[in-house]
Parts: sequence; structure tokens; C-alpha cells
Amino acid sequence: MIDSRRKYKLHNSQTAVYEQFDDRTQQHEASSLGMWIFLATEIMFFGAVFTAYTIYRNLFTTAFEAGSHLLNTPVGAFNTVVLIGSSLTMALAVHAAQKGKRKQLMAYLVSTMCLGSVFLFVKFVLEWMHEYKDGLAPGLHWTYAGPQSGHVAMFFCFYFILTGIHATHMIVGEGIMVVLLYMAWKGRFSTERYNPIEMFGLYWHFVDIVWIFLFPLLYLLGAHF
Amino acid sequence: MSSAEVAIEPRIHYLNVDYSIKSWLLTTDHKRIAWLYLMSITFFFTIGGLAATLMRLNLLEPQGLLVEPETYNKLFSIHGIIMVFLFLVPSIPAVLGNFLLPIMLGARDVAFPRLNLLSWYIFMTGGSLVIYAVIAGGVDTGWTFYTPLSSLYLNTHVMAAAGGVFIAGFSSILTGLNFVVTIHKMRAPGLTWFRLPLFVWSMYAASIIFIIGTPVIAISLALIVIEHFFHVGLFDPALGGDPVLFQHLFWFYSHPAVYVMVLPSMGVISELITAFSKKKIFGYHFVAFSSIAIAAIGFLVWGHHMFVSSQSVYAGLVFSALSMAVAIPSAIKVFNWTATLYKGSISYEAPMLYALGFIGLFTIGGLTGLYLASIGVDQHVHDTYFVIAHFHYIMVGGAVMGYLGGIHYWWPKMTGRLYPDGWARVSAIIIFIGFNLTFFPQFILGYLGMPRRYAVYPAEFHTLNVVSTAGASILGLGYVIPLIYLAWSARYGPIAGPNPWKATGLEWTTTSPPPTHNFEETPVVTEEPYGYDRLAEEIQVA
Repeated sequence: MIDSRRKYKLHNSQTAVYEQFDDRTQQHEASSLGMWIFLATEIMFFGAVFTAYTIYRNLFTTAFEAGSHLLNTPVGAFNTVVLIGSSLTMALAVHAAQKGKRKQLMAYLVSTMCLGSVFLFVKFVLEWMHEYKDGLAPGLHWTYAGPQSGHVAMFFCFYFILTGIHATHMIVGEGIMVVLLYMAWKGRFSTERYNPIEMFGLYWHFVDIVWIFLFPLLYLLGAHF
Repeated sequence: MSSAEVAIEPRIHYLNVDYSIKSWLLTTDHKRIAWLYLMSITFFFTIGGLAATLMRLNLLEPQGLLVEPETYNKLFSIHGIIMVFLFLVPSIPAVLGNFLLPIMLGARDVAFPRLNLLSWYIFMTGGSLVIYAVIAGGVDTGWTFYTPLSSLYLNTHVMAAAGGVFIAGFSSILTGLNFVVTIHKMRAPGLTWFRLPLFVWSMYAASIIFIIGTPVIAISLALIVIEHFFHVGLFDPALGGDPVLFQHLFWFYSHPAVYVMVLPSMGVISELITAFSKKKIFGYHFVAFSSIAIAAIGFLVWGHHMFVSSQSVYAGLVFSALSMAVAIPSAIKVFNWTATLYKGSISYEAPMLYALGFIGLFTIGGLTGLYLASIGVDQHVHDTYFVIAHFHYIMVGGAVMGYLGGIHYWWPKMTGRLYPDGWARVSAIIIFIGFNLTFFPQFILGYLGMPRRYAVYPAEFHTLNVVSTAGASILGLGYVIPLIYLAWSARYGPIAGPNPWKATGLEWTTTSPPPTHNFEETPVVTEEPYGYDRLAEEIQVA
């Protein structure tokens, strides 16, 4: 006996429908809904830290503002632009996938990966490493001696948690894109089957949106130039 | 049901389709995954139960019979962590939900079968970490991981246990996601929302809690680990943090989690009550919507765990009122079940005994919940055995009775075999008696002021504690008997046939055990659920 549900219907990989679904429409709707629900869980996941951040920001406003001033806002702004750019190329990749344009799809995926990598590089090298060297990493290397040192440390703790979780999501995204790129190269996508690209697009936009909230909350709120 | 009615020809079904270990560990069949969960949570239940046994034995003497206070702390912590996160939360959704949901919907499988298998592996990874924490030295924070005890002053393996719960949480999230998508998108032709079995409605409500609540506790536990390793005051008051914030984040999930435990159970009870009184369920829409209402209101009541914290009086008032509001949809269910029983032709099969036991225990647990939702009473009985008794009536009396009732009801469908009916009824009654003997005295103990989480107690509480421990040993016996006869039945039980209870519902229209794809052909649903009235007419005409 063959457990047939473990396998694609391989006779037509262009319109592959998993065993449990009746047709492509049902499969598409199911995966879209699944992705949206997953993103809802992600919002709750980030939401708890955002809530904690908001509460403490209200309690220790001056210390948190002092912390904001220590961040490198121009670099953060540059990264924001880079990330919005990657969202654009991702949207174009989805469009190309829907039109069945394989080369365009691959080009846009590569651009998205590059922009994502730029973001991560800037984050690691120009921000986190500098902040670490400046003694702004609580628990690891904390030498900040200004007023309210403890509460500024709390700000930096939130900064590292929030940007850290965000960067983790981006690294995961980059990994998925490698797989998608390989699949695109192998010609696994078509006008009939572009679901994975579309679903990943949702994920990537979500990661961007989180940053859109993080940038003003961490860098801009209460800042004066 | 005589075996002569059943066709004896050899038949390929989901159990005998392949016998290899690999076919089990790499299966994407939701029915086999349900078995994987059944085996693993039975294991965890045993560990959690052993810890409870040791605690009850220790409390036989006022000065403690067996263990040091430190060890006692570890025992109640591990009892709570394992029972809540590794048994009660996944019990009905992961076992009965996984097995039944697609069949009840007339689907071939859940929407994402591979994700379903992944959920089990994630669950086992988390569970293994918790077990590692027990073996490596134990956890002494209680199952709530309250800070700063868990983050700064810990001296044991809290990180491993919190990590385990964090990981196991993702299994819940993925299961909930899978169920919601399956219910939305995989229903058979004609199966409209208001033709869904009530079990499906309750699984839907529980899935919503999984999806919205679980990520919050996941990140809260991650924050504990971060606070511990980087010594930053997120929750530590000495560094400007606030331990009550942790309690808010923790209970935002963990109070709704109680409804994850009891809502699926209520779904099972709805099925059992209607099946064994051979009557259409009274007020289908009300029972269905009350599940959603419980899930929704359940997210707004967490503050009643913090009446005696620094929470403001006004917040306390709001949380008190909202907590009492949960009683409304809960009472709707109880009244509808009672109305269903009224003038029904009731048969007292084992699953029905569990269902009736559930109604009694849940009513006691629910009503004492109203005591605890009242700020004044709560301040008197806060952190006493009254609270212990209350939540055991809900979580054990509610969730475990529903789980065992459901297992007994659908056992013939899962295995294709019947179990010894007499033994099943006897053990249901033993469990009911043992349960009340264990936990009812604890209401009195708590009312008299015996605090929870203590290894020793004043001598005046001795008698009631002895009664409670005696009850616990009866309860333990009641749990062991089904283990034996169900294991026997899985191999040697008489053949059941597709519908041994003469019940309605899609799951009873397919063979027992079902084929790999659940149905020979996709069923088409043309009528309302629970058509027992029509069934009775047909029998009379015949």
C-alpha cells in the first residue's frame, strides 16, 4: 500500500494540488487564510513587547528619550528606505510570478534579497557593533554613566529585543527566499502556480511594516535634532 | 451490537495500511497524528499525576510526611507545568480534535497535514525540554513562572522549563491555525456553518484563543530568559521593572488558556448529551455562539488574578464585572444541556456518565468562580486551597471528564473495537467519587485559610487533608482502570461496527476505523445536525 497523501500529484507539477484539497481555488484560499492567521499571531507576538515598551516609555520618559538620542538616526532612516525598497521589489516579484515571467521573478527576488542583506549588514555593523563598543549593551557591556543609567539600560534592552526579533524574522525571510529562488530557477512556478511567492510576499511586507512601527518608536519619538 | 451484523471481510483502514515505525513517525494522516498525541500526553499525564500523588502523600502529616519543602516546591511546579501545558491544553484539541475535525467536516484531512505533523514534533521537543528540567534538578517557581522569582532569584532549571513551554506553545499556535483554516475552507458540500457539529464550534473557539493568546505567553517567557541572562530590569523592581507587568502578560494568555481546556470539553459534552438522550440539542445556535462568547470575553478577564496586586480598584471593578459575565454563556450551555436531557430517552452508557459528571463538577467549579470574581471574597481566599479546589473543578472536573468521555465515545471509531462497558461505567463512577472526595474538602480548607504552595500546615487542617489524600488515591485508581481496559480493547475488544451508539454526525457514517481518506466518497450534507427526532420516527415506522 502506498500512502498517497504524502506525495504531490506528480503527473502535473504545474498545477500541483495537494491530496487533501479538491481544487486549486480551495488550496489557494486555504493557504491565504493560513498565512493571514499566522501574521495575526505575529502581531500578538510583537504586540506584547510593544505594550511593555509603551508602558515603560510612559513611566521613564526622560530616560527613554535620552536612550533615543544615543541611537544613530540617519543610519536608521537609511535602513528604513532600504527596507521600503525591498518591499517594492517583493511586490514586483509577486506580480512577475503571476504573469509567469520567470526571469523577472528571479531578478526581483535577487534584488529583494540584496536589499534585505544591506539592511542586515547596516544593522549589524553600523549599529549593533557600535552600540556594543560604546557600552550600550545591557548585561554584556554596559558603561553608560549618564543620569538614570538603569532606565536607559531598560530602553536599550527593548531596543535590542525588538530589533533583534525583527532581524531574526528577516534572516528567516532571506533563507526562504533562497529556496524560492531555487524553485523559480527550476521553473516550478507558473501562471497556474505562484502561491508560495504570493504567501512569502505577505510575510515580507509584514516584516517591513513592523520596522515601520519600530523606527519612529525607537529612533524618532521625543527626539530633537 | 452483535458481531454477526458486521462484515468480517478484511478491510484496509488507516491503522493497518502500513505497520512500519516510519509510517507512524512520518505520517501526515490526521488520525495517526491524533494517536501520536494520545500516546505522548498520556505519558505526560502519568508524570504529572505521579507528582500530584507525592504531594498529596506529603500532606498526610501537618509537618510533611515525605519530602523537604524545597522538593515539595519542585513537585507542585512540575505538576502544574506538565498538567497545564503538556496535558490539559493539548488534550482534546490535539487528540480528539485532530482525529475528528476533518471527519466531522467531511474532509480528507486538515488543510496543512505536514504542518500538523510538525506541530507534534514541536510539542515533543518542548515536552522533552520540560522533562529535562525535571531530571536535571526541577523547577521551584510554580507553573506561573512569576517574576522576579523566576528571573533573578532562581536556583534551578527554570530556563529549560520556560523554553520548553515556549516551544510547546508554537505547537498550539500551529494546531489552532490549521483548525481554523480547515473549518473555513474544507467543509463538505452542504455543510453550512449552522450545520456544523457543536464540537467543531467549540474547537473553532478554542483555536481562536490558541492563535491570539499563545504568542503573548511565548514572548513573555522569552522576556524572562532575556532578563535572566542580561540582568536588565524588565520585571525586576530593583532595576525599575514591574513584576506585575509579567503577571498581566502571563494571564493575558493563561486565563483564556483555561477556556482552551474547558471549551473543547464543552463541545464533547454537547455531542454526548444529545447522543445519549436521543434528542436534538436544545438551542443549537445558543450553544454555538456561547462558545464564541466565552472565547471573546475570556480575553478580558485576566485582571482577576491580580486583585491583590498593585492593580487599581477601578481596574479591579471592571475585571470583576467582566469575569462574572463569563458565567452567562457558561450557564447558557448548562441550561441547554439540561433542557436537552429533559424528556430525553436517556441511556447511561459510560460516556454519558462522564458527561453528567461534567455538568455537576463544572457547575460547582463555575459557581465558585463567581466567588473568586468578587473582589472582597477573593481577598479573603486569595492563594488558598479554595482557589486550588475551584480551578481543579474546572480544569480537571471539566476538561478531564470531557476528555475521558470523548475518548470513550469515539474509541470505537478510533480503534474499530468496543471496550468492556461495565468496567467503563465503574471507573467513571470511581473517578466522580474520588474527584469530589479529593477537591471538595479543599474548598473548606481554603475557606478556613490554608494557603496553597506550602509543604507544611497547622495541625487543625489535618483531618480534611487526610480526606483529600484518601480521595486522591481513589481518583488515581479511577484513572488507572481505563488505561488497562482501553489498552486491552485496542487489541482484543469486540468489533464495533460503524455506529455502535446509533448516533448522528458525519463521523458515524464512515467505517470504523475510517479509511485513510476518511470517506469512500465525499459526503454531501443535506440536513441539520442532531436529527435524532427524525431517527426516532424512522425507528417507530420500521
